[in-house]
Amino acid sequence: MAHFTKATSVKDWLNQRLAVDKVEKVMASEYWIPKNINFLWAMGMVLLITFSLLLCSGIFLLMYYVPTVEGAFYSVNYTIMREVGFGWLWRHIHGVAASVVFLIMYIHMFTGIYYGSYKKGREMIWLSGMLLFIAFSTEAFSGYMLPWGQMSYWAGMVITNLFAGGSLHADGLVEWIRGDYVPAQAFLGRFFMLHVVLVPVAILGLIGLHFAALRIPHVNNQDGEEIDFEAESKKYLAGDKAGSKVMRFANDFLSKDMMVVGIYLLFFFYLVFYNYGFAMDPVNFDPADGLKTPAHIYPEWYFLWSYEILRPFPIDTGLVLFGLAQGIFVALPFLDRSPNAVPASRRGLFKIWFWAMLCNMILLTSMGKLPPEGIFSQIGLVSAILFVVLWVLLPIITTFEKKL
Amino acid sequence: MQDSSRRGFMGKAFGAVAAVGALGSLVAMKSSWDPLPSVKEAGFTTLDMSIYEEGVMVTEKWRGKPIFVLKKSASTMEKEKGNAAAEARNIKVGDSNFMVAIGLCTHLGCIPAFRADSNDFKCACHGGEFTASGLVQKVPPPRGFDIPPFKIEGNKLVLGEVGPEFKKMKDTGITL
Repeated sequence: MAHFTKATSVKDWLNQRLAVDKVEKVMASEYWIPKNINFLWAMGMVLLITFSLLLCSGIFLLMYYVPTVEGAFYSVNYTIMREVGFGWLWRHIHGVAASVVFLIMYIHMFTGIYYGSYKKGREMIWLSGMLLFIAFSTEAFSGYMLPWGQMSYWAGMVITNLFAGGSLHADGLVEWIRGDYVPAQAFLGRFFMLHVVLVPVAILGLIGLHFAALRIPHVNNQDGEEIDFEAESKKYLAGDKAGSKVMRFANDFLSKDMMVVGIYLLFFFYLVFYNYGFAMDPVNFDPADGLKTPAHIYPEWYFLWSYEILRPFPIDTGLVLFGLAQGIFVALPFLDRSPNAVPASRRGLFKIWFWAMLCNMILLTSMGKLPPEGIFSQIGLVSAILFVVLWVLLPIITTFEKKL
Repeated sequence: MQDSSRRGFMGKAFGAVAAVGALGSLVAMKSSWDPLPSVKEAGFTTLDMSIYEEGVMVTEKWRGKPIFVLKKSASTMEKEKGNAAAEARNIKVGDSNFMVAIGLCTHLGCIPAFRADSNDFKCACHGGEFTASGLVQKVPPPRGFDIPPFKIEGNKLVLGEVGPEFKKMKDTGITL
């Protein structure tokens, strides 16, 4: 057994038992971050803060929410919104954060794509990040079911029908997922469980993995420069703070990080208090009715691009392409054949690929919101085909990319 | 080496116990998600077919799903003549002809709306269209409306039970 001495202070007492000083160094003051970064590097912290907001507001909603088909709609729209003190605040924070968290995730992802932060030992960061994206998508979908309004019900109907696999007609599988012929009590109960227990626990674990994946390759920088963190951190600790290419995570980097977080929170709470409507679909303020489809069923904005890839094709082709669209970003580190881990601006054709992909995703998103008629159908179709073509082109153009 | 050691044996023995346990728990978990017996038992609906009016689309309910019932007028029957796919889907109860189908788009399950003026159905979700006989008029739906299992009993139609007319439709691939 380790030898313990009489503690000289509370800190010493803790140090002997938990090595708090050592932990602090490893996790914060001697965790090294490159200096050559910009505000886009703060998105990770912004996401962490947004997730905390979701967790806290969710806990308060959970105390009054009733997961039954008779009680759910009422408990959300009457009990929480009108009776519970500041219940509206928790709901609006939860709804706005659920939407904004995807905006930040997309910025975080496209930052990574632009700077090549998924290469040269950083593949696990990308993969764990994509797993987080999938987990957040599941969380968003399952949460959307809970108010049991018209959009909840019909989104649940449409999405669970995807599992029939088109011509495979796996209706048994769909009924198994729902626990009924249509979304009903069994369905609501299991999605409630997923939303408040299973998926959040998975997200917590994945966040741990995502952070752990950063430790060895370290954070990328604006020039994709390979930094000798060992040597640079020694320089820093020896007193040459200006000459070193790195800085401490805390408090150096964290102070700038939290500055961005501060600005973000002003924007976030502006939305919560004055502009929450975008996160609250008016159709979902009608109680679920299995015999009445809303005029237009569309997902929340963050799923529109993949929905638009599903929509213009016959069911089987649509499903295959939809599955491809959902999964293809995971394979990015392996489809990008170029060893250059530098900003897209210096990567020739990849620069065009990056901006074409980004613009096309925005186009798909806007088309997904519009009714599938006339010219919008055509643009959506072309855009969906372009999405596939871009992914086919990626390994080809990156194979021929000039080595820097 | 390790395979023949006691530790190797203990590892395998534990592996075997764990595998049986894991398999057993998977069976239990799968069954817990199955539709409950009460849900399955509530799956029958009887319709009195003498009450419907020609050309008026009525939505009934079976297993929580909407059922479209459309009594066809003489002019609709005239239009169907010669269209084998449409004729095969016709359900004759007494002297009346009906289109009876599950009112869910075969694409992803939205409820198409009946358009009385053009005598057809349009799905708002992804733009699919169906004729008054329940056949696809415009994709993405991969096939016409599914027909629920039915049995004709005099003037009544029992949904959920398989009668000879439905069996024939199923065997010939008219419906799933």
